[in-house]
Amino acid sequence: MTAGTLVYVEHHDGEPTKDSLGVLAKAASLGGDLAAVVAGPDVRGLAEGLGAHGAQTVFVADDEQLEAPLPQPRVDVLAPLVEERGFENVLFAASVLTADVAAGLSARLDAGLNWDLTDVEARDGGLVGTRLALGDSVIVEAGWSSTPRLALFRTGAFEPGEGGGGTAEVEDVSVELEDFSTRTTMLEQAHEERSGPSIEDADVVVAGGRGLGEAGNFSLLEDLAKALGGAVAATRAVVDAGWYPYSAQVGQTGRVVSPKLYLACGISGAIQHKVGMQSSGTIVAINKDPNAPIFEYADLAVVGDLHEIVPKLTEAVRARTGS
Amino acid sequence: MTARPSDFRPPFDPAQHTAEPTDPADERIDVGALVVGAGPAGLAAAIRLAQLLEDHPETRERLGDVPITVVEKGKAPGAHLLSGAVVNPRAFRQLFPGLHSEDMPFIAPVEREGVYYLTGRRATRVPAPPTMWNHGNHVASIGELARWLAERAEELGVTIVPETAAAKLLVTGGRLVGVRTGDRGRGRNGEELANFEPGSDLKARITILAEGTNGHLAGVANHVFGFARKPQTWALGVKELWEVERPLERVIHTMGWPLRGAKRYREFGGSFIYPMGENGVAIGMVVGLDYTDATLSVHDLLQELKTHPLVAGILRGGKRIAWGAKTIPEGGFLALPERFSFPGGMVVGDSAGLVNVPALKGIHYAMRSGMLAAEAAVDAIGPGRTAWTPGALDGYDGALRESYVWKDLERVRNMRPAFSRGFVRGALVAGAALNSLGKLPPRDLTLEPDADVPVFVANGASQPYPQPDGELTFDKLSSVYLSGNKTRDDAPNHVRVQRRVRREVAEAWVNMCPAQVYEVVGPASPAGNVVEVEVTASNCVQCGAISAKGGRLTPGEGGSGPEYREM
Amino acid sequence: MKILVCVKEVPDAAAPKRIDPQTKRLDRGGEGVLNEFDAHALEEGLRLKETSGDGEVVALTMGPERAAATLRKALAMGADRAVLVSDGALAGSDLVATGKALAKALEREQPDLVLVGQQGGDSDGAVLWAALADRLRLPLVSQAASLEVADGKARSKRQTEYGYDVLEAPLPAVVAVSDAINEPRYPSLKGIMGAKKKPQETLSLGDLGVEAGEVGEIGSRTTVEALGDPPKRGEAQRLEDEGGDAADKIVTYLEERKLI
Repeated sequence: MTAGTLVYVEHHDGEPTKDSLGVLAKAASLGGDLAAVVAGPDVRGLAEGLGAHGAQTVFVADDEQLEAPLPQPRVDVLAPLVEERGFENVLFAASVLTADVAAGLSARLDAGLNWDLTDVEARDGGLVGTRLALGDSVIVEAGWSSTPRLALFRTGAFEPGEGGGGTAEVEDVSVELEDFSTRTTMLEQAHEERSGPSIEDADVVVAGGRGLGEAGNFSLLEDLAKALGGAVAATRAVVDAGWYPYSAQVGQTGRVVSPKLYLACGISGAIQHKVGMQSSGTIVAINKDPNAPIFEYADLAVVGDLHEIVPKLTEAVRARTGS
Repeated sequence: MTARPSDFRPPFDPAQHTAEPTDPADERIDVGALVVGAGPAGLAAAIRLAQLLEDHPETRERLGDVPITVVEKGKAPGAHLLSGAVVNPRAFRQLFPGLHSEDMPFIAPVEREGVYYLTGRRATRVPAPPTMWNHGNHVASIGELARWLAERAEELGVTIVPETAAAKLLVTGGRLVGVRTGDRGRGRNGEELANFEPGSDLKARITILAEGTNGHLAGVANHVFGFARKPQTWALGVKELWEVERPLERVIHTMGWPLRGAKRYREFGGSFIYPMGENGVAIGMVVGLDYTDATLSVHDLLQELKTHPLVAGILRGGKRIAWGAKTIPEGGFLALPERFSFPGGMVVGDSAGLVNVPALKGIHYAMRSGMLAAEAAVDAIGPGRTAWTPGALDGYDGALRESYVWKDLERVRNMRPAFSRGFVRGALVAGAALNSLGKLPPRDLTLEPDADVPVFVANGASQPYPQPDGELTFDKLSSVYLSGNKTRDDAPNHVRVQRRVRREVAEAWVNMCPAQVYEVVGPASPAGNVVEVEVTASNCVQCGAISAKGGRLTPGEGGSGPEYREM
Repeated sequence: MKILVCVKEVPDAAAPKRIDPQTKRLDRGGEGVLNEFDAHALEEGLRLKETSGDGEVVALTMGPERAAATLRKALAMGADRAVLVSDGALAGSDLVATGKALAKALEREQPDLVLVGQQGGDSDGAVLWAALADRLRLPLVSQAASLEVADGKARSKRQTEYGYDVLEAPLPAVVAVSDAINEPRYPSLKGIMGAKKKPQETLSLGDLGVEAGEVGEIGSRTTVEALGDPPKRGEAQRLEDEGGDAADKIVTYLEERKLI
């Protein structure tokens, strides 16, 4: 890959987000000059730390006007930076904020943007991204016909590196905002800590189906999810039966999730459910029916009684992780 | 041990689907002519009406702002339509004089065809019976036909209203005055959800019921007006569309395997395999619903059929891209209503049973009947006249009896019933009927309602259908997914069946239903061998099979059900 | 208050198949008339008009002529007017190309509020609203889980990973609504039948003052290189729970793959 990649590093509560570090690590692996940009007041300390993750230069837009995590002022910061320095690639880890920043930047620079990418590779002097479409049933190779190439990567696409290497040069950039960019104001900022991630954001999802037998047995899954730091999901059948809320439903008429680990407990795995989780990194299925359809696409098929296995699994996980 | 589905009457009261108009004037909708169902029959009726109204301006004026309306419960015309199909273009030419075949919405003319008798391993070519000679006919997609007809209708000023179920007949003083559309936004137990939208009274000067196989309001209308006394029988067809690498160069029909010829099974039917353009194949299995083995599953018979060397060879390397199911009225001439019209309304198409099963044709009859109904309608609602005057619609009955529709059905009237006595006997009778142009056999055979046929569960193993392999053969749930069915999970249950029935009946339903709507819950009661049946109505693709076998399908919420594209 | 609802997003290249009646071949591209449009934005527009007691709701979409059917649904639900931007040159437009054409169409209307639908966790969701806001130079509010308009300002709760922010923007503004914001209404029969009578116009690129070279594949900055089936999952492993050892085996498996 030729020179000039800029990675937007989002931060929260003084720390860079895990997904941003993941994208930074991926960018570092692609080779070439690598810079990062951080926006907001009091971020110098954070910026310095990014050298350890591979950034050679970190641009800092330190300004009170950037305190609220709003997208439009950040487009004003990035656009001149990208144009003046001639970055070929600008990469973002997708979030509510960055999706708007990337799209706004795409419009400002008339630059191509591919979003919801799960991977990217250098090819023929440029980049080609991978994206899953249609409920993750079709794989699309997405490219760019000009530079700069803007990319948004799906949550969890890349793991952050160890953070061992070098130091970065920190450079301040001036902040000049357009009139219209400051008209949206934040009256209140979100501050609640979720009790565990949502099923879409979670790295681990523990899902339950009819095989659980009764609503009360979801507590087994909740314990396991807690031990694994994950979220609990449910199939349509048990949501219909009132065992778990609709917000946790995964499938054709619920949500599509792609966590690193999907643990399907007592789920037969009909296609209506499969289309909601088929691109999960690793699928482990526990079912006492050896012919359950889910075993056709699970990575680890466990034939047995989940009522026995799940509590033991929770114990074992707690023992290994000390959680 | 056997049991009869008809011993478990469904909890369905036609009186609850009949109502007096109640909406105040500012809420109800008044239209001129109302057609229920945007299939070939309904759209042909609407088009013909529009054409005639251009020559009858005084009548047109009487019909108000919305002279012709077609309501359709599917998401769009075609969403609930499914057929083979090989179409006789005759009705198209009558509806659009001067239109060339190349401009008709067909896929290709039938060039070559073959009929095969199958055993488990072999396929023996047999001479095609004259009823199945398709020279001059065209392979088509009924969904594409409907879309094309809908466009022509709209060009002529017809208003087509999709996602609208006609739930009740509006009857006042013994006259059909329109329909009441279905509510939308109710929950599983009928409660009103946040976005509840009640149905409306849709009043019309004339109503044409074109709801297709086992029409809901046609059934209700029969209860009110008593125009059809003879029982109807049905066949269930399950069809798939495949993308293939090598074009199929002929229209194929098969008989025999995997159906069993022995009389005690009463398995009548066969398959069709049609080329759909250069790289498409439509394949379907059609079986009469008067079979006796409760473990019979038409969907699985289709899967099994695909494993036959003849069929597997056609599909090899291909990919399944669509699936669907629908019933076909099979009774033919012997099941036709005594009358096709009643005060204020008419029935056309499959709802009236106008299907020629030995020839596998119904689309051109549907269209022709729609046209004849339109002609009678324009007459009946002219200045100074109404469709409720006694005899006002007799013209439709008369015209139908004079038409080729009637004559064709009469000629083949005994062929299908003969097969209820076994394949060989059936073939002999059918042959005799053909050769004598319908004069033989001397006495008409009688039809037995499908639900009256006792079903049995074989001791021990159920039918050894192939396990789905996900490449050539597929399970029901993944097939329902391909039908585009996105019915919301909390929609009210539109399927009416008794929940506690004999085990044999329950098993018959479980296996019959191509969409896995029914499930047996728990063990059979020791006393009467009775089990509990669970109904997952959101899987339902509204094929109508349950209505033939002891239950009663009612229209789902407007817009729900399958979303067939080119079936 | 003029509320303009964009009911279309950047088309997805991998749409389901149908038989093309022209070529008689199974056609992988394009969309059929049965696709859903996002009704949440339209519903919100209708509610705002109903609460304020006056105003106009305009439904706008960009697509082939078939897209007029989608607009009719919007009119049936209660929109007052519909605008279809349709031009052969638009086929194959990506975000950049679409944004240019749509922004011109929106400018022409000079709306007080632009509403766009935004699917919640849907991976196929586009990012169009932010591009539009930038081109129109209007303040942006996205992921709106609630929306109120008063005194010329739009106030909304924005749904983020960390809970809800409360944002405010003066009109005119662009607001992208999440599907949590409301339950779209079903059109009444009267609405469906009255839709035909409401004003609908079709605009070509020429009407918008957009050059053909700015849109379509030529005007796009991204490409679709290939479509395929997702990679098959690797070798599956199977184990049976013998004497209660499954749990340990699962943990070992997960540790090997660094999943715990």
